[in-house]
Amino acid sequence: MNHTDRDDANGRQKTALFVERRTYRHRRLMDIARLLPLTGALLFCVPLMWPNPDPYPAPDTSGGMPMSEAIIYMFVVWTLLILASLAFGGAVRRWAENWTDGTDQPGEDAL
Amino acid sequence: MASLNVLVVICMAYVVLLFLVAFVADRSASRGHRGGWLRSPLVYTLSLSIYCTAWTFYGAVGYAARSGLEFITIYLGPTLVMIGWWWGLRKLVRIGRSQRVTSIADLISARYGKSNTLAICVTILAVIGVTPYIALQLQSITLSFSTFAEADPASQLNETTTVFWVAAGLAVFAILFGTRNLNANERHHGVVTAVAVEAVVKLLALLAVGIFVVWGLSDGVSETMDRIDASPIGQWQVRGDRWATITFLAAAAFVCLPRMFQVMVVENEDERHLRTAAWAFPLYLLLMSLFVVPIAAIGLELLPAGSNPDLFVLTLPLSQGRDGLAVLAFLGGFSSATSMVIVAAMALSTMVSNHIVMPIWLRVQGDGASVSGDVRNVVLLSRRISIAAIMALGYFYFRFSGQGAALASIGLISFTGIAQILPALVGGLFWRGATRSGALSGLTLGFALWLFTMLLPALGGGLLPDSVLSDGLFGLSWLRPQALFGIEGLDPIVHAVMWSMTLNTAAFCFVSLATFPSPMERLQGAQFVNVFEHSVGPRGWTGQVAQSEDLMVMSQRILGAEEAQAFFQKEAVRQGTHSDFPEPTPAFLERLERELSGSVGTAAAHAMVGQIAGGSSVSVEDLLAVADETAQMLEYSSQLESQSRELASTARQLRETNEKLTQISQQKDAFLSQVSHELRTPMTSIRAFSEILRDADGRSETDNIRYASIIHDEALRLTRLLNDLLDLSVLESGQVSLNMTVGNLAEVLDHAVSTALAGSEQPLKVLRQTSSETVRISSDLDRLAQVFINLIANAQKYCDAETPEIRIAVSVKRGRLRIDFVDNGSGIPLASQQLIFEKFSRVSPEKAGGAGLGLAICREIMQRLGGDVRYLSGHPGGAFRVSLPLSSEMAA
Repeated sequence: MNHTDRDDANGRQKTALFVERRTYRHRRLMDIARLLPLTGALLFCVPLMWPNPDPYPAPDTSGGMPMSEAIIYMFVVWTLLILASLAFGGAVRRWAENWTDGTDQPGEDAL
Repeated sequence: MASLNVLVVICMAYVVLLFLVAFVADRSASRGHRGGWLRSPLVYTLSLSIYCTAWTFYGAVGYAARSGLEFITIYLGPTLVMIGWWWGLRKLVRIGRSQRVTSIADLISARYGKSNTLAICVTILAVIGVTPYIALQLQSITLSFSTFAEADPASQLNETTTVFWVAAGLAVFAILFGTRNLNANERHHGVVTAVAVEAVVKLLALLAVGIFVVWGLSDGVSETMDRIDASPIGQWQVRGDRWATITFLAAAAFVCLPRMFQVMVVENEDERHLRTAAWAFPLYLLLMSLFVVPIAAIGLELLPAGSNPDLFVLTLPLSQGRDGLAVLAFLGGFSSATSMVIVAAMALSTMVSNHIVMPIWLRVQGDGASVSGDVRNVVLLSRRISIAAIMALGYFYFRFSGQGAALASIGLISFTGIAQILPALVGGLFWRGATRSGALSGLTLGFALWLFTMLLPALGGGLLPDSVLSDGLFGLSWLRPQALFGIEGLDPIVHAVMWSMTLNTAAFCFVSLATFPSPMERLQGAQFVNVFEHSVGPRGWTGQVAQSEDLMVMSQRILGAEEAQAFFQKEAVRQGTHSDFPEPTPAFLERLERELSGSVGTAAAHAMVGQIAGGSSVSVEDLLAVADETAQMLEYSSQLESQSRELASTARQLRETNEKLTQISQQKDAFLSQVSHELRTPMTSIRAFSEILRDADGRSETDNIRYASIIHDEALRLTRLLNDLLDLSVLESGQVSLNMTVGNLAEVLDHAVSTALAGSEQPLKVLRQTSSETVRISSDLDRLAQVFINLIANAQKYCDAETPEIRIAVSVKRGRLRIDFVDNGSGIPLASQQLIFEKFSRVSPEKAGGAGLGLAICREIMQRLGGDVRYLSGHPGGAFRVSLPLSSEMAA
């Protein structure tokens, strides 16, 4: 998983205290990559803490969480995640294009 | 009102359009238009939409109408997987591309040492899991047809024939475009493009219905929201365990479903497409689910009670007289079903043909890859038959499963079955310690639990007796399918997922930890887990043995003549050779194997090249064997070395022995001559004096007596000499019998001193320390006394001091008793010290009284007694030391 740190040193990991700005950006990108799905999962679990409706609701009370608000919450979170993913894709294009280089055919350059 | 016939015509036209799209895409791809929109990330993203089947197209609304927002979990799982693409899917796609995997079964098999057993397991699991799912699609198409049929009283619809023709049509489509070519590298452009078009159609259809509902049937967003809140599903009400479980399940299935794997990994053109799909596909899912709740809520409100909520997408526009919209919705559902069925059938057929049919066929053929005939055709044929068989399975499943509600729940059941692959897949990708046995046991256990807790109870129909369901297997209450280990009250899905996934993962981990992977597994494990670090080929071939012509013949049959020739020529150019055939270098063999594996799977390709290469494949096992041989040779040579060393030492020993023997022989000669010399001297005088006695007359009596006593003396000397010799030979041969007794050293010394000094003219003063002499010894006391006598007599004989004296000192050191005899004479010259213990050696022959055997006898005696006698240099006078072992009882 942390192959990225090693990419720079050709397999030999030398933990430098100060790294190039570009390398630093690489590593922070990895952090985002790991955080994003976790954050998403947490946010999607937030609705589980909402109260379930009262089986015998008192008059003039809404009971539980109305469906419309639930829908709005879910779709807003969803949209934010998509935007974050879009931004991450852009960052990868900017900072780590070579890592997603799809043209490298393993074995072709193995000679 | 659209008649059913019109619908069928539209449907046909749509299918023809899809055929055209697929055909054009295939043509343009084969003409080499490899750039352009065909390979754009957009097509890749849209092709991923086969995740959204008819089950999600129609079923999501029904799901929402029954359980509120829970349906959304089906989309949340894949969304999370996609936005985590960087450390999940990217690795999967990279591995899929670098290993040229053709299916998820192939990937699992390749990861765990190319085990075909695992591939067969995954294939069977996939077929069992996906077949009901295919049946579900067929059902949705039939249902949508019958919806229109109900609205059109003039028509008559035979559901069974409809399903049959739908299934047949889909099979034809899949066969035509899915098995056109064999190489996964060329990919199924036609199918993927058609799937992308269908993705657009189904999205547009659902959006159109949604927009119609929100802005046509309702008055904008806010009113729709109000109506939703007022509907029976107007309140947030989900079960947390189901929420989390289904999200997880959807995420797992998204990765493991054979059709998803097909479009996501196998059909992937470029790893960078993932970057776009990472946000575009979640967006697609969001749009697909955006109007689900409004449609469900408005449908519940407007449509008569008891109408099937699964068909709201169709029935809502129909009930409002919007036939055009309804037809569009129908096409959307039709697209969802067909695209899923086609890709699923393709993916499954690849697995079945590569891992079950081809291995069997190759084995039946016996001769392996070298038989005559076109393997390529066999592969294609087996795939086509597999597609037909899978479609037939789906059809019969649909026919016999009651066509009813049992199918509705099959989506999640199918997901759970497929998700059993997840531990082996994720473990294989991220954990090098995962072994084949672990994967196999995890899969088997998970599969069995899934069957028992989920599929069989859901199928009903007597497959699982009611007694088992209520009382447990074998009447054991803790083996009830829906309350395993006595845990009751769980939702059946949560229950089944929890037990199957937990025990699957546990078995996978524990067996992996307990077993030891084969070298091939370890190699492949490293290749998979560290795919980004070293993307070199997974194995090497050694050339020279493999014949290029044979390889060519085989490749032509699998890749096709033109492709194979082109590939070989390219390789020849790469190698810089001028002939048509490249040298069978390891790199070439490896590339060829990869090329072939696109058609027949990695394991089969490896086996085929292996057969042609005459078993000269250098797998790790082979390398290990080679290493073993080398080690054996090393061992052998070291053995040889040690043997030659042994020989050398033996020769040296022989030489030494020979020298010793020669020496001994010389000693023997010298001994003989000495003995004869020693014997001759007394004999001569005896003969001379006896002649005088015999011949000469007139001697006096005193003369007679003198001569007689001389003869007697000489005879005595002879006797002594002979006695000594006899004694020595007895001692040397080791035949002496020792008379071991216990006594006091002082007594022995007393006896020796008195015997040695008896009858001597010259007085020898003997100095003794009687206090230290009282030592009890266990030895042959007579022999010991003989040694002492000899030593004292020697001192008496040879001591040249004016007042000769001998000091006898007794001491005990390191468990040995030491008796020193030191006289005050001039001692023995250094040069003679080495010789005095030899036979017949005399330091000063002029003084000789004996034959020079005394000290030799002394030494022999002492060695027999376990002790020693030696000359002590460093003393002014002659000094001898006798040492004896002190036995333990003596020391006490």
